[in-house]
Amino acid sequence: MTDAVAEQSLPFANAVPGAVLAADAAGMVVDRKKLIEFALHLRNHAGFDYLSSLTAVDYLGFEGRTAADRFEVVYHLFDTKKGGDGVVLKVRLPENDPQAPSLVRVYPGADLQEREAYDLFGITFTGHPRLRRIFLWDGFHGHPMRKDWKEAYYEEEHKPFGSRWPVGNHKWAEDRVPWGDNVSFPKGWDPATFQPAPPPLPTIHEPPWADENHIATERIIINMGPQHPSTHGVFRMIVALDGETVVGLEPECGYLHRNHEKIGERNTWLGNIPFTDRLDYLSSMSNNLGYVLAVEQLMGDKGKPPERAEYLRVIMAEMTRIANHTWAIGFLLNDLGAFFTPALYNIEERELLLDLFEAAAGSRMMCNYMRFGGVVRDVDEDWLTRARDIIFNRLERKIDEFDTYLTGNEILMARCVGVGYLSAADAIALSACGPQLRGSGVAYDLRRARPYSIYDRFKFDVISDDGCDVYARYKVRLGEIRESIKILKQALDDLPGGPIFNGKPGYVTRVEKGEAYGAVEGPKGELGFYVVSDGSDNPWRYHVRAPSYINLNTLGPMSIGYKIADAIVALGGIDIVLGETDR
Amino acid sequence: MFGTGILKGLGVTLRRAAGTFIDDFARVPSRYTDVIETAQGKLIRQPTDAKGLFTIQYPEEKRQMPENFRYIPMLLYEEDTGEDRCTACGICAKVCPPQCIWIVRDQDENGKPITRPAAFYIDASICMSCSFCAEYCPFDAIKMNHDYELATYDRYPGLILNKAELSVPTSYYAALYPSAWAEEERIRAEKEAKKAARGKKPEPAAPAAKPAAKPAAAQPEPKAAAKPAAPAAAPAAPAAPAAKAKAKGGHWSPIPADYSGEVIKSALPLPPVPAEGVSASGISWSRIMALREKQLASYRERRKAEGKEVKL
Repeated sequence: MTDAVAEQSLPFANAVPGAVLAADAAGMVVDRKKLIEFALHLRNHAGFDYLSSLTAVDYLGFEGRTAADRFEVVYHLFDTKKGGDGVVLKVRLPENDPQAPSLVRVYPGADLQEREAYDLFGITFTGHPRLRRIFLWDGFHGHPMRKDWKEAYYEEEHKPFGSRWPVGNHKWAEDRVPWGDNVSFPKGWDPATFQPAPPPLPTIHEPPWADENHIATERIIINMGPQHPSTHGVFRMIVALDGETVVGLEPECGYLHRNHEKIGERNTWLGNIPFTDRLDYLSSMSNNLGYVLAVEQLMGDKGKPPERAEYLRVIMAEMTRIANHTWAIGFLLNDLGAFFTPALYNIEERELLLDLFEAAAGSRMMCNYMRFGGVVRDVDEDWLTRARDIIFNRLERKIDEFDTYLTGNEILMARCVGVGYLSAADAIALSACGPQLRGSGVAYDLRRARPYSIYDRFKFDVISDDGCDVYARYKVRLGEIRESIKILKQALDDLPGGPIFNGKPGYVTRVEKGEAYGAVEGPKGELGFYVVSDGSDNPWRYHVRAPSYINLNTLGPMSIGYKIADAIVALGGIDIVLGETDR
Repeated sequence: MFGTGILKGLGVTLRRAAGTFIDDFARVPSRYTDVIETAQGKLIRQPTDAKGLFTIQYPEEKRQMPENFRYIPMLLYEEDTGEDRCTACGICAKVCPPQCIWIVRDQDENGKPITRPAAFYIDASICMSCSFCAEYCPFDAIKMNHDYELATYDRYPGLILNKAELSVPTSYYAALYPSAWAEEERIRAEKEAKKAARGKKPEPAAPAAKPAAKPAAAQPEPKAAAKPAAPAAAPAAPAAPAAKAKAKGGHWSPIPADYSGEVIKSALPLPPVPAEGVSASGISWSRIMALREKQLASYRERRKAEGKEVKL
């Protein structure tokens, strides 16, 4: 965040008297009693209609913090019409009363994020309609993101662990910490008598035809998943059906949860880069980029990559977008029932791009390519020749082929046009992002709205489509591939020579004390990293604003009123990756 | 409408099916570019102008690995002296994100640490192949192996690689990474030349700070002189495959086919196999059985050394 943010936010600061307790470059500290009023003002009168990220930080033992302001809930608000820097609100909560008012009524998109903060930090959001755990099971003891919570097989607070060198005889974690010594159960919990909580029932939306003239149909609850419903990953939808019509839908996730953020706090700054690959494993280059951009904000001059590295980053990020969208389109067709022929046609192009990643970064999917202040390896002339060959000669032809193959196909249109309707206002309110948002006619793309890296140098269009349905999202993805090709052509033509790293690579990262929010327009939407540094070698807080996760907010509203088979199509239209959703 | 979209789509499918056959005929003898025949199978690279499918028939055919490919780390030792390059400095263990490297530093009889590892483990079941260890190693002692077929029947000991299993000679590395090897050798030769220059300097002129320009100017000559000397000392054999890989197409180096040195293979118990005949890979079962016995023996030895009985 720049100083401009603080200045810019001052006009709003006095709008609600007594709301803003303090303000600096990192954000405004808001009185929790006035939070809703202030947020309403920001939404209705200041244009900040988009709640991008909501998270919490535990400042237990942080320099200058006491028990009276141990927890902090951080809100990042943006303006989808004007773009530009947003405002950051912070609500400080005492240790003995971690309660904040829920913003669900102001920003419905806060729903899942508040549940996440409740689950991992134990912060209660009063007024939230269904504040339940989301990643962890109901019997889980404690809130793992709190600083005083220790995981099973806990070894040390931070990596590197002292046991590895100079006397590191290998031992299994399981041998080192026998089961039972380091695991705590809730008080009075007995596995013999434990009864799991009944499955959460979705909110039922009465269909408009539910009157006495309507044929009596039975209301049934169906659990779809968690065994890969439609091959997207381990995800469960609890669907309430009236006949064949969806009248309620509740997404259940967390099957792949490994507490990525806690791992991130144990890791060193550098050590987190390969872990970001594992978030959305289809677009690891973008994940790398988002993370290094966030941390580079706190590194001063050391964090400024040289020109060639900037170009390479853009090239890799855009190739990732193409690879991801070909995958997304292919698997949308899978969800429609066109099993794997379109998917294989599409991922052929991805195959060639992954070959390029492998040659440049060393791995096809877990690229681990970006570093703070540059990239890890340079590309040579042979790589560039092959990349040019693919970008200039092959890809456009292939995208045209998809277009002929799919866009006019009557079956695809019958299944997608008008399915999963999400209005522009709803998409913004529910914090949808990426093609999900642009498919509803909101031309909000971070590459334009808040240009990062060197995206302000390239000519490209922000693709949006006001169809508001799955077909519109499909067309947006197809259009974005073409725009990415445009950017790639410019970047490959302009790629300058020179170094790829600022300074001498070293494994210790000096990060200044402070906090930063770095976001990129990932293939799936706004991928944000919120990092807090206390000046040490490890992050104090490392939060991922995962686009697939937040896009799940829209799944219920998109599916209700449609047939059950359309709910699958709506899910396919979101393009989720559970590695990122569950984190 | 009226199905024209579907017909168009079917036309695309038809064109692709035809394209697959046309590619086959147009690219006799092979539809792939840069095919390299090896004992491990064909190493191929998919063409960028293919019209049809380009499926690879693994494991008979394999993709050519680019030089930068990384899988599991390996430890280098000097081929001529047999000395480990590793100095047990611990940087790789510190930088490893999942903390899968365990090093025991060696000591002399007085308990003073020596720059040499007494033991070195990599837990391959935890390793995330990020290559930070190779990237930040100041001695070029740890590098990433290209061997990705590491499947074993058990986690322990199959996936915990000890120092013997991790060690490969420098020539193996030189064959896998021809251009990186050349670059590192160049830098090493430069450094040695500088050192030699610095070693000579003190006698004629004590203030050695000034003539920094001189060694820099003198650099090209020692480099050229050192160049033929260095490869002659260390990797005589792999120079040939390295050159061949270069000629075949830049950094897309094959796994060295005619490489005869030591290769990592973890000790693992294998399932029972017939005693006679030839396996699908063309190797006789008797040879496979002999290898298996050898591996089992080493497995038993390791378990015995740890005081654990093995029943197999």
